[in-house]
Amino acid sequence: MTPKSSPAKKNRVLPGFKLTLGFTLFYLGLIVLLPLAAVFGKTFELTWPEFWHTITMPQAMASYRLTFGASFCAALVNTFFGLIVAWVLVRYNFFGKKIVDALVDLPFALPTAVAGITLAMLYSHNGWIGQRLEPLGIQVANTRLGVFVALTFIGLPFIVRTVQPILEDLDPELEEAAASLGANRWQIFWRVILPMLTPALLTGFALAFARALGEYGSVIFIAGNIPMKTVITPLLIMGELDMFDYAKATALAVVMLVASFALLLTINILQWWTNRYNTNNLA
Amino acid sequence: MTPAATPFQLPQRLPQRHATTESPFVRRGLIAIALVFLGLFLVVPLVSVFVQAFSKGIAFYIHTLGDPNAWSAIKLTLLAAGISVPLNCVFGVAAAWAIAKFDFRGKNVLLTLIDLPFSVSPVISGMIYVLVFGAQGWLGHYRDAEHAWFPWLQSWINDHNIKIIFAVPGIVLATIFVTFPFVARELIPLMQAQGRIEEEAARVLGASGWQTFWRVTVPNIKWGLLYGVILCNARAMGEFGAVSVVSGKIRGETNTIPLHIEALYDDYNFAGAFAMASLLAFLALVTLGLKTWVEHKNAASSDKGEKL
Repeated sequence: MTPKSSPAKKNRVLPGFKLTLGFTLFYLGLIVLLPLAAVFGKTFELTWPEFWHTITMPQAMASYRLTFGASFCAALVNTFFGLIVAWVLVRYNFFGKKIVDALVDLPFALPTAVAGITLAMLYSHNGWIGQRLEPLGIQVANTRLGVFVALTFIGLPFIVRTVQPILEDLDPELEEAAASLGANRWQIFWRVILPMLTPALLTGFALAFARALGEYGSVIFIAGNIPMKTVITPLLIMGELDMFDYAKATALAVVMLVASFALLLTINILQWWTNRYNTNNLA
Repeated sequence: MTPAATPFQLPQRLPQRHATTESPFVRRGLIAIALVFLGLFLVVPLVSVFVQAFSKGIAFYIHTLGDPNAWSAIKLTLLAAGISVPLNCVFGVAAAWAIAKFDFRGKNVLLTLIDLPFSVSPVISGMIYVLVFGAQGWLGHYRDAEHAWFPWLQSWINDHNIKIIFAVPGIVLATIFVTFPFVARELIPLMQAQGRIEEEAARVLGASGWQTFWRVTVPNIKWGLLYGVILCNARAMGEFGAVSVVSGKIRGETNTIPLHIEALYDDYNFAGAFAMASLLAFLALVTLGLKTWVEHKNAASSDKGEKL
């Protein structure tokens, strides 16, 4: 029991370090790292020209344009509306606010297949929303717009949930100081509040964008999956898997994985920036 | 819980704070924009699930859920969640203990690696297990043991005729992968914020390692743990993309609830698909309710000001 009896442990009072870290590494390796390594291992079965040919074939290029484009637009729209939602939830009081606050997480909790068939139904030409848009000449189901709608749905909570805590902790003295110096409300928002929210907004944007890139379930029902037009990259991978063309599927997966990991790195840097900003404010 | 709208410490006698709040006109406008946006994207789809589910009446709803294939899907979903949630729970606690209570090199790398499954597309999450266990995979069922990567494991798989891909084990594995980080990422920041002083005190006072864990750590992390389990379970029961790659979609055998929904939808049995979907939508509502309740409990129980 006394520290002297086990000099190897030095000043470590708590037990279980080797056990817990060992189990963590074992489980992580078995479930995540080894299978992920299989993806990169499998790509080595292709020669470089074959690999390049697969990832630049016209269907793949069309799917990247759609996946990245729609994800970007959806994340952008969510950044704008997410900021308004977070602002309203933090600063104002209104009837049913707590329910609205809880409901923001619905896209996290609702399984993607459920979201998918629901959105497809709503925006079909005789659906609740689709039949109102049709006279205006707007078709959502089976178009790129449908992909955008689905990705907006699933990305919605990210910006709200990253901006909300920052907005709650914002020091009111800064706004009061700006006001006492003669700034109007719009100037205060634009010059004082928004710059402080920027790291959180960027983080939320990146999170929503990253989630949208890989999204499958909520998109495929509303997209209609017309070749070269509304096929997202994950569905293209699925198609290759269904034809047992694992090498092609793997090559496309590598492109997606590299994009996701690059985004993960960006998000980590952004979060570090957000936290630094926060501690600076507190200090 | 005081409403966050009036966080300022100004004397109450001042009539109005023009400077730090918006005019009622702007305020109402912003609230309206937020509510319309959320209404259109969240409330309308949610309501429509239940309306569609009962569009052919209650008898049809009960008939759909009573179907043997539906029952098999429900049982498989419960099985997959029943295995993956406890496993990831044990992992989450172990990882949080190692990371929060000890200092070692490479901690940040480990944290990033734990989050990795969140940034992988569901389709790719399923695909990696096909690459390992599929017919042409590293540990494929038909692979010759002599040329295998792990001969002993290969001959064991072949001898016992174990099928992983297009069978239940593959579904469980894919579910474990997609729900991997949930408990860990709730517990790690929580336990890091709590530090190790309380556990160290318990040890110094003579408690054993397990006593310290059960009597000091567990009461401190119970709300965070519950929160992680709720989110993990919701994802486990609702996972679609990863599971659809490894399942093979054999009705009555390897279809989970989300896959059964897809099958019914593809058959143009929309009322049936939404009847099954209403189960998961209900689960989502329960999840949100529990989540809000846990957040409330946690805020009430921790005077330290630590948030989940």
